Amino acid sequence: MAFKLNKEKFRDAVLELIRLTSTELPGDVIAAMETAMDNEEPGSPAKSVLGAMLKNVVMAKADSTPICQDTGTNIHFVTIPEGLSLRKVEQAIVEATQQATAKAYLRPNAVDSLTGKNTGDNTGVMAPYIHFEEWDEPAIKLQLALKGGGCENVSTQYKLPNSNLKAGRNLEGVYKCIIDAINKAQGLGCAPGVIGVGVGGDRATGMIMAKKQLFRKMGDSNPVQQLDDLERKLLVDLNKLGIGPLGFGGKTTVLGVKIGAVHRLPASFFVSIAYMCWADRHHEMLFTENEVSYD
Amino acid sequence: MIKLQLPLTEADARQLKVGDEVALTGTMVTGRDEAHTWLINDKPEDVRKLLEGTVIYHCGPVVSKTDGEWKFVAAGPTTSIREEPIQADVVKEYKLRGVIGKGGMGPKTLAGLKDFGAVYLHAIGGAATLLAKSVKKVTDVIKLEEFGVPEAMWVLEVEDFPAVVTMDSHGNSLHTKIKADSDKIAKELIGN
Repeated sequence: MAFKLNKEKFRDAVLELIRLTSTELPGDVIAAMETAMDNEEPGSPAKSVLGAMLKNVVMAKADSTPICQDTGTNIHFVTIPEGLSLRKVEQAIVEATQQATAKAYLRPNAVDSLTGKNTGDNTGVMAPYIHFEEWDEPAIKLQLALKGGGCENVSTQYKLPNSNLKAGRNLEGVYKCIIDAINKAQGLGCAPGVIGVGVGGDRATGMIMAKKQLFRKMGDSNPVQQLDDLERKLLVDLNKLGIGPLGFGGKTTVLGVKIGAVHRLPASFFVSIAYMCWADRHHEMLFTENEVSYD
Repeated sequence: MIKLQLPLTEADARQLKVGDEVALTGTMVTGRDEAHTWLINDKPEDVRKLLEGTVIYHCGPVVSKTDGEWKFVAAGPTTSIREEPIQADVVKEYKLRGVIGKGGMGPKTLAGLKDFGAVYLHAIGGAATLLAKSVKKVTDVIKLEEFGVPEAMWVLEVEDFPAVVTMDSHGNSLHTKIKADSDKIAKELIGN
């Protein structure tokens, strides 16, 4: 039976998803931050900064105000039932985005790249960014991430082999790229970050895979054993860098590392690294004809 | 925690050292890329008095307006390094005693801070609601129409705005030290 979309109801549900994502940090990220704070030295700037970040999280939720003023690129991963109009779904998301901006859940963040003019409502060419997939369920799954400019600016892409790093086309090469990228980022991406990595693909699909990793739970395991081993090794080694929260020094430089692989061209081997700041804002909504739920 | 009342004198600024935690009270002004470019290219006269002795805050806020009054809803720092080419010039030209932002700045700014007697203050990146609460009043906004909300210069009354001195007027930068240490460790991990 075809899924019948109530556009207004869906738009209102998306608006609530945007509000939730901008103002409430996911529980697993909060827990990882709390563990990080416990691990830092008493009296250190690292510990006090993590404490202030957590205090900010509590205040933002209580006041329903943005955790961070840079409400970032709005990235929507939408999974839809067969036969649903993509244009209608897109239109509802665009309208919800405009309303969320008017309600100050989002900062006006879409700037014309040629004129420098801000559209004022977060819409424009490929803004918000919407990525569609299809499934067999009679429901729309919408995953939203708000990714700020500071951490997007330190996100990066490597092409293997890389002679500077002596990094070959293998997982050891991938490891070297990630160490290099996080060291170069220092505190600029608002450490401690969550690192999403896409191995392979073209320059676009590799980065999409990297960003998809940001929706995984902090404490999960990668179903691919080799990648799981690499994630665990990187989590330990990246935290040896000593960069610490905001680059003030400390034991916590990253909260998590999540890696996915994409098929690549024989001639290309990209390592795409999506650095997500500690304000790792992402939530998921499930919308059926009768009800809507949030993670 | 060192309480600082804005505007600051040169002596106030020179007393501060890397690692000092401070709380600022008084008038400060936000400014990002558009504002810095404007300040250097157009040299507007009417902002000189406002900027003298205060600090410029690298911030593009989320704001709301009720009954004609602006309110800061979320207002954490933005990445400072984008202003590296002209920050030192802005500090000297407008007699600023400090810059607030995140991520730290480079050698040109560090030298400028030393010459003139000013500091770089690191605010808590991402802690936007917490920092907006220390903004007690928005007293003015400059170039809102032309620059847009994030890039406009917002004039703020703040109370106990928290920050850490990470670059001082004696040539010290916490960022340089942390980077030197982590470069060494990264090199070992990469193992070439």
